[in-house]
Amino acid sequence: MTATCNGPTGVGPSRLPLAEVVRVGLNSLATRKLRAALSALGIAIGIASVVSVLGLSESSRSDLIDKIDALGTNLLTVSPGTGFGAGDASLPETATGAIGRLPTVEATSAVYAVDAAVYRNSLVPANRTGAISVYATDTRLMATLNGSMAHGSFLSEATRDYPAAVVGAVAAERLGIRDLETPVRVWLGDRWVNVAGVLETFALAADLDRAVLIGDRAAEQYYDVDLEPAVIYIRVDRRFLDETRDLLPATIDAENPEEVEVSRPSDLLAAQAAAENSFTALFLGLGAVSLLVGAIGIANVMVIGVMERRGEIGLRRAIGATRAHIRRQFLTEALTLAAAGGIAGTLLGVAATYTYSAVHGWRAIIPPVAIGGGIAAAVVIGAVAGIYPAIRAARMPPTEALRSD
Amino acid sequence: MRPPGGGSDPPAAALELHDVSKQYPGNPPVTALAGMSVRISHGEMVAVVGPSGSGKSTMLHIMGTLDAPTSGAVLIEGVDTSSLDDDALAAIRGRRVGFVFQRFFLLPGTSALDNVANGLLYTGIPRPQRREAAAASLERVGLGARAQHRPSELSGGEMQRVALARALVHEPAFILADEPTGNLDSAASKAIIDLLHSLHDEGRTIIVITHNREIASALPRELTVLDGRLTADTTGEAGTP
Repeated sequence: MTATCNGPTGVGPSRLPLAEVVRVGLNSLATRKLRAALSALGIAIGIASVVSVLGLSESSRSDLIDKIDALGTNLLTVSPGTGFGAGDASLPETATGAIGRLPTVEATSAVYAVDAAVYRNSLVPANRTGAISVYATDTRLMATLNGSMAHGSFLSEATRDYPAAVVGAVAAERLGIRDLETPVRVWLGDRWVNVAGVLETFALAADLDRAVLIGDRAAEQYYDVDLEPAVIYIRVDRRFLDETRDLLPATIDAENPEEVEVSRPSDLLAAQAAAENSFTALFLGLGAVSLLVGAIGIANVMVIGVMERRGEIGLRRAIGATRAHIRRQFLTEALTLAAAGGIAGTLLGVAATYTYSAVHGWRAIIPPVAIGGGIAAAVVIGAVAGIYPAIRAARMPPTEALRSD
Repeated sequence: MRPPGGGSDPPAAALELHDVSKQYPGNPPVTALAGMSVRISHGEMVAVVGPSGSGKSTMLHIMGTLDAPTSGAVLIEGVDTSSLDDDALAAIRGRRVGFVFQRFFLLPGTSALDNVANGLLYTGIPRPQRREAAAASLERVGLGARAQHRPSELSGGEMQRVALARALVHEPAFILADEPTGNLDSAASKAIIDLLHSLHDEGRTIIVITHNREIASALPRELTVLDGRLTADTTGEAGTP
């Protein structure tokens, strides 16, 4: 290369290896640290918001999916219909038995409304029920719902006959029950009842969180219980979920199948996940706007820099820089600013995701595309923001750049 | 190393202008240079004088290939620059021309040594050699001890000496100094002019553009420019060996 270009002029061409271009660019930025930092900050905030939005939505979605998986998508609930013409619908007494006979049903359990209110003690005024429902149930409820206990134990064959209660998570809070280290009693209806256990939250049966459960046989003995189930929970063989769902109304109430409402609680969670996705789109849009503002900030700083550094540009042209060298130098500066902002923003976004996930007990997940995409987007932004100022700097005639006045 | 001028006849002049004209477009067009011819040999020291607007700056820009003439030819060490493209002209400037400006144009935040080394930045010479040459050049202008100082830590006279070291570092065919003392007090001015004289004594070719008659008359040759023409080309007593 040197040999071929040496011919007509007797001198080699101007040369500046890439490493030197980068060094020159970095040196220029280093002499304007504050300005460089501030203009990179714009990009950093934009990238950080995009990365954290992607990370948080992924983390929360995966948390929901984990939850749905843990609870199972094969749980169906049956309740009396509330649709038009359903009136005072109720499920027949035989419903549970009929469902149990379906071959695709793995487990089933029901709760029955109990006409009683529960209080912390006998002195609480009767109207302060705390909106806690009282249900009677059998011992299969926990297995059907895949539930777990926070304290104590669930109803068993032994406690089914006695006035013992299991308290839902929210109900426990309202009744002031923290743990069962010392025996706890509640005033249920007209008598004291021992609390045998406190439930963990049921994601798929939130109604039970605000309920107190007693054994069905004890309920019959001491209270006034509906004979018709209030809600039936059914665990179905995954492979026949849809078929079973279609069969259920007629199985339960052949005469009035329209009075039977079958729902799948996991659909709710899935809908929640979908709803969060639409929020994600909104926040991504906001992130994109802040990236745009960051890009304009870099372009602005570069344009001002070109005007301020006319002397430097002229001098570089005088000591042998070609237009391409000037262009590359300014482009390198813009790219460096953007890349630094991109890297800082990505780190910030990752840190935000981990912190927020830790606070919410989620498993933090950063989609690789968020990291790669964040830095790549920053570099593209740097190129776009830097190209015009760089071309402008390169086109500046050296005589104008070197004018003494 | 360039052959020191003056002695045995050099193969070509350091710089030649042949009937150079420069017009700037406008209505009517402005003529900055009108048919100027001059030949400057290796080892010469020349002053270019003239009032503001006489065409001195245009002449300097054209001599240094920062600007192209409308007509006529500029030859640097025998190479006709009129046929060269922008990149080739940049290469000529980077290797054969040394510029010194009134405003120094040192990079802030960069040490004196690296500012001087920048004179070789676009030649493709690796950095360690650039800095080595820069150290020698700084030594030559008497600032060896200030190599690590930044421009903000130097006086005006010192900054101009750094700029001069930068113009020397690539051993140019000639040094073009545009009002090199314009921003300096009289003591610093004298130091710079003395330095230019001693560089000339070493055989370097130096062209000083100035409106300072005192400085100009102390130089061996004086070109007077008026209205874009060369109105006088005098060789003073100092020029006769």
